[in-house]
Amino acid sequence: MNPTLIFFLILAAVSVAAALGLLFSRSAVYAALFLVLNFITVAIFYLLLNAPFLALAQVTIYAGAIMVLFLFVIMLLGTKKLRRDEQIAWQRPLAISLAAVLLVEIGVLIFGQARRGALLAEIGPDFGSPQAVGEVLFNQYLLPFEITSVLLLVGMIGAIVLTSDSRD
Amino acid sequence: MVPVSFYILLSAILFIIGTLGVLIRRNSIVVFMAVELMLNAANLAFVAYANQYQLLSGQVFVFFVITVAAAEVAVGLALIVAIFRNKKSIDVDQLSSLKG
Repeated sequence: MNPTLIFFLILAAVSVAAALGLLFSRSAVYAALFLVLNFITVAIFYLLLNAPFLALAQVTIYAGAIMVLFLFVIMLLGTKKLRRDEQIAWQRPLAISLAAVLLVEIGVLIFGQARRGALLAEIGPDFGSPQAVGEVLFNQYLLPFEITSVLLLVGMIGAIVLTSDSRD
Repeated sequence: MVPVSFYILLSAILFIIGTLGVLIRRNSIVVFMAVELMLNAANLAFVAYANQYQLLSGQVFVFFVITVAAAEVAVGLALIVAIFRNKKSIDVDQLSSLKG
């Protein structure tokens, strides 16, 4: 086993454990913090996969901005009210069995497909650098980029309209 | 070097944990966080294949997904706050006003 693989396995265990922590924690604040941990492990995976720019974007946007927004809303609504977790009796076993079926299906698909497609050995040093990503983004994907700005504007207006008190 | 199938399997596991979160949890903020987890798992698969095939398009797509997730979080959390103001609860089982 090479060191990268060992590193990957340890990090994968942390990542899955953080995701399970999100799934089973009673308090929404702990769930949010577990999710931050998961985002950071995924950012390290991005570094392993030659995507340094995305790794930093992941930490700043996801683990930084988005999760702070989540924590703000959790604090705003009060954590005490969030604790109650009633279940409909048949829901949990059904959900788990459906998830198991999905996992088996994805596993079969992956290991059926993964045999072909050999690993490409060498990757240039600037693969995934901000400059390379920017060149693809602003040449090949310029129109989607512009549409994204409209989407963000609509999201901002939507958030303001939905939370304003003047409606009622 | 780690085989790409390991990354895809990890991504699948994270995605399924996210699905379970959506199905099991009743707190709508936690459900929303589980959706973020699923988006993130999909992003991991994108980056893994971008590395495998040496195409930057996969990474650019992740960039778009992050942007859409940010917009989604802004609107979604605003919705949750608005619902909490009206119903004093964000339990997804209680939100059954549209049920006939």
